[in-house]
Amino acid sequence: MAFLPELILLAGALALFVICLGESRAGQARLAALATALATTVACAFCLGQEAVLFDGAYRVDLFSQALKLVLACGFTLVALLSGQLTDILDEIKPEYFLLLTISVSGLLMLVSCVDIITLVVALELSSFPLYLLVPMRREREGQRVQMESAIKYIMFGVAANGIMFFGMSYLYGLTGTTSLPQMMVKLQPVIHSPLAITGLAMTFCGLYYKLAVFPFHFWTPDVYQGASNETAGLIASLPKVGAVAVLVRFVSLASPDNQTIANLLACLAAASMFYGNLIALVQKDLKRLLGFSGIAHAGYALIGFVTLDGTGYAAALYYIVGYLFMVLACFVVICKVSRDGVNVSMEELAGLHRRSPLLALTLLVGIFALAGIPPFVGFMGKLTLLSAALAKGYLALVIIAVVNAAIAIYYYLCVVREACFRDAGDQPPIRLDWPTRALCVLLITGILALGIVPGRVINTLSASIPCVSQPLPQTPPPLTAALKQNP
Amino acid sequence: MTVPNHNDSFPILSVLIFSPLAAAVVTAAIRSENLLRWWTLLATTAIALFSLPLYGRFDCTTADFQFVEHASWIPALKINYSLGVDGISLLLVLLTTLIMPLCVLCSWRYIQTRAKEFMICLLIMETAMIGVFCALDFILFFVFWEAMLIPMALLIGIWGGPRRIYASLKFFIYTMSGSVLLLVAIIALHLKVGSFSIPDMMGRGFAPEFQCWIFLAFFISFAIKVPMFPFHTWLPAAHVEAPTAGSVLLASILLKMGTYGFLRFSLPITPHATHVFMPYILCLSVVAILYGGLTALAQNDLKKLVAYSSVSHMGFATLGIFALNMAGVEGAILQMINHGVTTGALFIIVGIIYERLHTRDLGEAAGLGKYMPVFAMFVGVFSLSSLAFPGTNSFIGEFLVLCGGFAVSKTMVVCAVPGVVIAAAYMLRMLQKVAWGGANNPDQSHLTDLNVREILTLTPLLVFVFWIGLQPQPFTRVMHASVQRLLEQVK
Repeated sequence: MAFLPELILLAGALALFVICLGESRAGQARLAALATALATTVACAFCLGQEAVLFDGAYRVDLFSQALKLVLACGFTLVALLSGQLTDILDEIKPEYFLLLTISVSGLLMLVSCVDIITLVVALELSSFPLYLLVPMRREREGQRVQMESAIKYIMFGVAANGIMFFGMSYLYGLTGTTSLPQMMVKLQPVIHSPLAITGLAMTFCGLYYKLAVFPFHFWTPDVYQGASNETAGLIASLPKVGAVAVLVRFVSLASPDNQTIANLLACLAAASMFYGNLIALVQKDLKRLLGFSGIAHAGYALIGFVTLDGTGYAAALYYIVGYLFMVLACFVVICKVSRDGVNVSMEELAGLHRRSPLLALTLLVGIFALAGIPPFVGFMGKLTLLSAALAKGYLALVIIAVVNAAIAIYYYLCVVREACFRDAGDQPPIRLDWPTRALCVLLITGILALGIVPGRVINTLSASIPCVSQPLPQTPPPLTAALKQNP
Repeated sequence: MTVPNHNDSFPILSVLIFSPLAAAVVTAAIRSENLLRWWTLLATTAIALFSLPLYGRFDCTTADFQFVEHASWIPALKINYSLGVDGISLLLVLLTTLIMPLCVLCSWRYIQTRAKEFMICLLIMETAMIGVFCALDFILFFVFWEAMLIPMALLIGIWGGPRRIYASLKFFIYTMSGSVLLLVAIIALHLKVGSFSIPDMMGRGFAPEFQCWIFLAFFISFAIKVPMFPFHTWLPAAHVEAPTAGSVLLASILLKMGTYGFLRFSLPITPHATHVFMPYILCLSVVAILYGGLTALAQNDLKKLVAYSSVSHMGFATLGIFALNMAGVEGAILQMINHGVTTGALFIIVGIIYERLHTRDLGEAAGLGKYMPVFAMFVGVFSLSSLAFPGTNSFIGEFLVLCGGFAVSKTMVVCAVPGVVIAAAYMLRMLQKVAWGGANNPDQSHLTDLNVREILTLTPLLVFVFWIGLQPQPFTRVMHASVQRLLEQVK
């Protein structure tokens, strides 16, 4: 029973595969994806408290994984609602879009349960590869094949970052002789301050920096956001980041509780990401690029939670990224609907949105002000928890850098509000919203408000789930590692 | 310190804070524009009447917080939902509830487009403003403090004048940049104290250096809101571009939040630093008084004139606060109320002129007295009140502030006194032009005098001008014990 969400998701993926075999049946595929998402969410909520172990401890269901699975399933539902018309994707490959989406999410769902490097890598790749395929799935315009360029960039950076990550993992394996994370945590403690361990850890983080778009691995972000279709960009901007933060919690826990070098490294990357993202976002004209750079900055904010190297910080980072999921999707639903025929949306095209569709304007307003960190939205509470955690550990400089960045960022967020609410478009037709979009808007606004005003339960659950990460395995060393030992 | 001394459990403050929000939800469902206006007026008036028992049941003999409510909000972060008022915040809450119906009345005709959204913004503003004055938990305070920016920026940005976008962005960015360091200071205090409770943070005797940093973080945030001299540049832009109701809210309530912040946080939480920085702030106050006055003297735009006069008047308020004695602080609080009443009224007057003439230029709006005698009477009274004519409210406030200042630094007061004279100069200049004008006034014969709605808008403020001016006792009475406690904490 504990594996119900994964099973449902896999069954859904199989069903979608069958749908793909027939004639182009986009509507059916969409319904199937939506049904899978809803069923997974219900199953995740149902399995929240359960615990189980699979593959001799390589795959573990505990509070940490289940809480994140619930978040991911909710996010999947939202993304499935968001991917309504898919105006920019050819009709004959629309079912494949939903298939790849479902496979990618199932990879993410497995990722958060993996406590062994091997399964973790498999799950990580399972979640990544469909995304590589989704990016170029866009109609060609005026001979421009910007989506291809984006896809190549996405793959190349992905492969490079993963390569560095695998190299780092090999160091960790070499030091500890195990691929199981809980065992590694124990065995790494005596040698954690050795240069090899620190190098290994630092390189292992790189694959996740790439997913999260942290500073030196961010280069793909704006281009992929711009090149991919609006719906795909919304997906890439939201769900994989939750998975990345979850795995980062597992890896950074290896360096807990006190490894000043790792903490300093993370602090530097956080500061660099925030400054880079926010400063470059100031001059963006394309809304998706703007969100791309703001995403880099938000990755920096999330990293602040890891600098603390303690449970409070990790919980804060998780809470923040959960909030970010809602905030960024709120912005993307507006982009998808404002966009004419699926082309990218520039800032000017938002003009008069308040007249064209008040609900969309409200969604954008809530999403943008939440990203800017204005209470009572989740962005503020998220920043508050992150900054409290960091200041409690004495990182005053980092905290001040973060708030200075919040002040810088307010300008470009206000520019979006200015276009959407203060300017009038001439005679733009009103935007008609279908009911799934309306439901999505209401869900997102409620989510952003509820997570900001009554976050008690979410924070408590996330905090309570953090100790699961460092929980030792109840069983003997898994044979997977043993097999590797015999056959190096 | 937070022991409730009222046994009844009716959560009057929560009701006051959240009833505008509930009214806003109802407003969203109303379709008819006329009904919308009547409903908002009814709601705000009802809230104003509902806030009166606050004064009636207030116990003036104690400095403790009253009508206290306490509930756990986010236990994981030790954030509580706690509310309460004392002698310092009581009058400001009442001022807020008083001003709101007037704001609705003065936008009756002025706001023609998207009246529904306008009214919703006003009501959300009211929630946030009352919340700021009642919050006893620092995070709760900050949530209201920041949340207020969104409706205010929308009020300026959507319903404002020609340069509304610039003004709205400037207002938002200025205020927001000021308050980011406030957040850091709040977290730092939380880590020292272990809770976000404001009363718990008072009089803790933190290390002097720590106090200075906290004070500076507070100071930037509050000084921008007041606005004190070098941080005032957002004010004229925001005031000029905002719709009448927005200007009134800005002048009457939002500016008070800065000085309220000094009284509620800076003085009791960082008393040592207050003494360290006192001379500099007194200097800035005097500069603000003179600079605001001189700049107002040179304005031809009526709204700008009133806006710069605000800078000058708020200079008196900060001067009084940092005199750190009974007369000074009480005068400052009274000055805050006076400024809310008088400047709010002056902005409504400018709005009335603008509705009729579609200009705010002093040359174009000259000689109205002949055709609008009732209006001229109101202009006369509020101008006299603004220049602190004896018998009006501002006289009491400024007199007390100057008395308080005199006890601290004679030089400062001697420097500040010309500010009163300048105030007379710019206000009489305005009054003279608007009421009488010169030989070649533009033809104003088509103008009609005030209608009942406009008279109703201005009359409550007129009553308060004379009430505070002639009988200030009911107003100073409630603040006495709290100010006494405050001064003990600062010693």
